[in-house]
Amino acid sequence: MDVLYFAWVRERIGLPKERIETQAETVADLVAELCAREDRYAAAFADLSALRVAVDQKLTGFDAPLEGAREVAFFPPMTGG
Amino acid sequence: MRIVVQDAPFDFGAEAAAFAADRRDMGAIVTFTGVVRDSDAGDLQAMEIEHYPGMTEAALADIATQARTRWSLGDVLVIHRFGRMTPGEPIMMVATAAPHRKDAFEAAEFLMDYLKSRAPFWKKEHRAGQADWVAAKDEDEDALTRW
Repeated sequence: MDVLYFAWVRERIGLPKERIETQAETVADLVAELCAREDRYAAAFADLSALRVAVDQKLTGFDAPLEGAREVAFFPPMTGG
Repeated sequence: MRIVVQDAPFDFGAEAAAFAADRRDMGAIVTFTGVVRDSDAGDLQAMEIEHYPGMTEAALADIATQARTRWSLGDVLVIHRFGRMTPGEPIMMVATAAPHRKDAFEAAEFLMDYLKSRAPFWKKEHRAGQADWVAAKDEDEDALTRW
């Protein structure tokens, strides 16, 4: 699936988007997989309460299932308007 | 209903006039424009807005559709920019048309409250020698509870 990062999450991880092959069942499982890869992921995901997640462009929670998902995005709380 | 996400500046007056034109059945047109505000120290060089193409348009359309189901509205307009802009430039606008003003005002406030914290935009402030992401405010999240 495609994993996207925005704002300071993108800066901390160092890229806007990557393709990841994963068997993760939930968003939280995917986060754990990423954190185990490299320190920059662990640093970006250190405080999940400071992050929001969207699966297939819909806001959801970290317990959301990933079955059939094509796109997961991580970002800080939004500041539009 | 019209949802526009663009990097180019927009002409608030022209957009408001076009939105209000030929509405014989709408007694109230409410518009709001958000403008890049300089810092209190007067040292803001630019505001940069990042967004999530695709999700942004869908989230704005969803918020506007919710407004239309909650209030009696004839039409809704949302324009939101992304990219780099300087103090004094318009960032975004909403407009609502309704038979009566209460619906137009309330729906415009609802749209503003929701697009502040439910539409995927992120602001970064550029000052001399530094750039900082704007943190979301608790009060913006709290503002949603009144709806």
